[in-house]
Amino acid sequence: MKYVFRLKVGPVSFRIGSQWRRPVAQLRRLYAGYPEPDGVCDFTVRLEAERFWRRWLRPSVAIRGDYVLPDAAPLPLAQGLLAAEMGMNLQMALGQKRFLLLHAASVERDGRALLMTGHSGAGKSTLGALLGERGWRFMGDEFALLDLEDGRLHPFPRAVSLKNESLGLFDGVDPARLGPVLSGTPKGRIRHLRPNSEAVARMAEPARPVMILFPRFGRDLEPIVREVGAAEAFMRLTQASTNYVALGERGFEALTRFVGALPSRAIDYADTAQAEKLVDALWRSA
Amino acid sequence: MRDARWLVRLLADPAAAREVEDWTSLIAIARSESLAGSLAWRLQQAELPPRVEAMFEAARRDGEAARVQALWEAEMARRALAPLGMPVILLKGTAYAAAGLEAGRGRSIGDLDILVPRRALPDVERALLAAGWEWVKEDSYDDQYYRRWMHELPPLIHRERDRMIDVHHAILPLTARPKPDMAAMIAERVALADGLFTLSPADMIVHAAAHLFADGDLAGGLRNLWDIDRLLREFGERDSDFQPKLRGRAEQHGLLPAVARAVRLAHHIYKTPVRCQAPISKSLVLKGSGQEKIGYRIAATDRLHVRRLLARDGWGRATRPLTRLGFYVRSHWLRMPPAMLARHLWVKARKKS
Repeated sequence: MKYVFRLKVGPVSFRIGSQWRRPVAQLRRLYAGYPEPDGVCDFTVRLEAERFWRRWLRPSVAIRGDYVLPDAAPLPLAQGLLAAEMGMNLQMALGQKRFLLLHAASVERDGRALLMTGHSGAGKSTLGALLGERGWRFMGDEFALLDLEDGRLHPFPRAVSLKNESLGLFDGVDPARLGPVLSGTPKGRIRHLRPNSEAVARMAEPARPVMILFPRFGRDLEPIVREVGAAEAFMRLTQASTNYVALGERGFEALTRFVGALPSRAIDYADTAQAEKLVDALWRSA
Repeated sequence: MRDARWLVRLLADPAAAREVEDWTSLIAIARSESLAGSLAWRLQQAELPPRVEAMFEAARRDGEAARVQALWEAEMARRALAPLGMPVILLKGTAYAAAGLEAGRGRSIGDLDILVPRRALPDVERALLAAGWEWVKEDSYDDQYYRRWMHELPPLIHRERDRMIDVHHAILPLTARPKPDMAAMIAERVALADGLFTLSPADMIVHAAAHLFADGDLAGGLRNLWDIDRLLREFGERDSDFQPKLRGRAEQHGLLPAVARAVRLAHHIYKTPVRCQAPISKSLVLKGSGQEKIGYRIAATDRLHVRRLLARDGWGRATRPLTRLGFYVRSHWLRMPPAMLARHLWVKARKKS
């Protein structure tokens, strides 16, 4: 393809090809400082015109690659960067079989990792990114990769996609780390944030998970902490996993070990300051 | 990579793995052609760069989980249909996996395909609906069309397991020109240990060839031809009389041209050995002396097929649009007589607008 970008994120590498220059230029800028994959890439993503004339006429980007969803809607060229991000997610969700994939954010401190999962809108992504700016090592906000053999979590520190109101929480960061503002996307207003240099430098370092957190954000919620039993955590994580069923018995074994060995907590919070306080208190007791 | 030549070369000759430079492109092609699992098994002993080896190891495990899932789906259908007391014959990928055939190794298996006697269809339909399968699309024209002219029921999907089942009563649409002898095919079935059946070895290849060259537009053709290569090799090794049997069977079903083309193309693309005294295709040539020197000469129309089969670039993109279009048009032409085709396309076009 005409424009190519190769990217390594944690243990996974991507080859992204595009018919247009702009999405690749934006990727290069957003992922400045990331290592280049050596040798083979795990996944290929293609950004190409839905129909051939759509390359020039009202250009729209179809998200394709090794693995495709037959009815995925194309995006306007102005959102090409988002298309690339979605393309990488799609390859992971459908094609990644080396790890149990959990739709979760994860952060690490002193070699020990905290996993945060929940429905979209629960705030795990924002919370993960915020903690990453306040002394924790950011490991990822989209997917946590659980090693099927040794139960460690592998970092997957892709750019964080900040949505709508959460954009304002990161006003203080170095502007060079921010991507363009993408308006009118299927998920509203989005802006990507490159993880800080520590997260990038240590992307090859897995960590041992020590706690599972189910955060829930709501303006009217009282800040509370609730214990979550292993069975409930198991069920919620099967729903949060994109490849649990496809991995068969190995997925079941890895996940039962995971929830059996770790404490799980649900927390409700109304603003991020509360959430930070709750997480800190839980972390000290863990 | 400009086409799928490297992929087929490696499948035929794993030692060529040493010469591959662009693994990313090769794997993109293999995935697009649904051959990544087969390739991973084929290269199990080959010397590979460590990262490539790790990817293939994951692909092999993935294939193993998919195999278990496919066999479980077959078992679910067996339980639903057992009270009817009629034979349920597994087809395609599930059949290869259930029979432990080489063709099933690492093969991607999508839907469950089964064959039942046509008179049993109403009972089968009722039993499957009662056991949790549902119609995928509700459209009276499509439904009518399937029931009158096709060789299978409209597709059903299981509401809990989310897996599709295709219930066939023939191997080609009823409107196609060849009329395979379905009674003979069902009569010659081979029992598996668990009460299910597969087709006989020769009929398996006849079915695969019919599906590839007398029905579809060659989409997924490299994978289907790989099945044929594996089956020809395995059955040929087991039974030295296999080729004449296959020829007889293909003639009986009116599918000798399709089977002959399959044998020629498998030989040309995957180097399937020609081990026979009575050739299946007339274009057998002696290139010298001794067994290895025998080969099939490929016809001009075969070359077009090869061009279509290899039409995939290093990004996994479909290439050669005109060749593809030609085969697409041809597939409709093969499927039904011209007047009927015109009417069918007319109705389809009106439904779209």
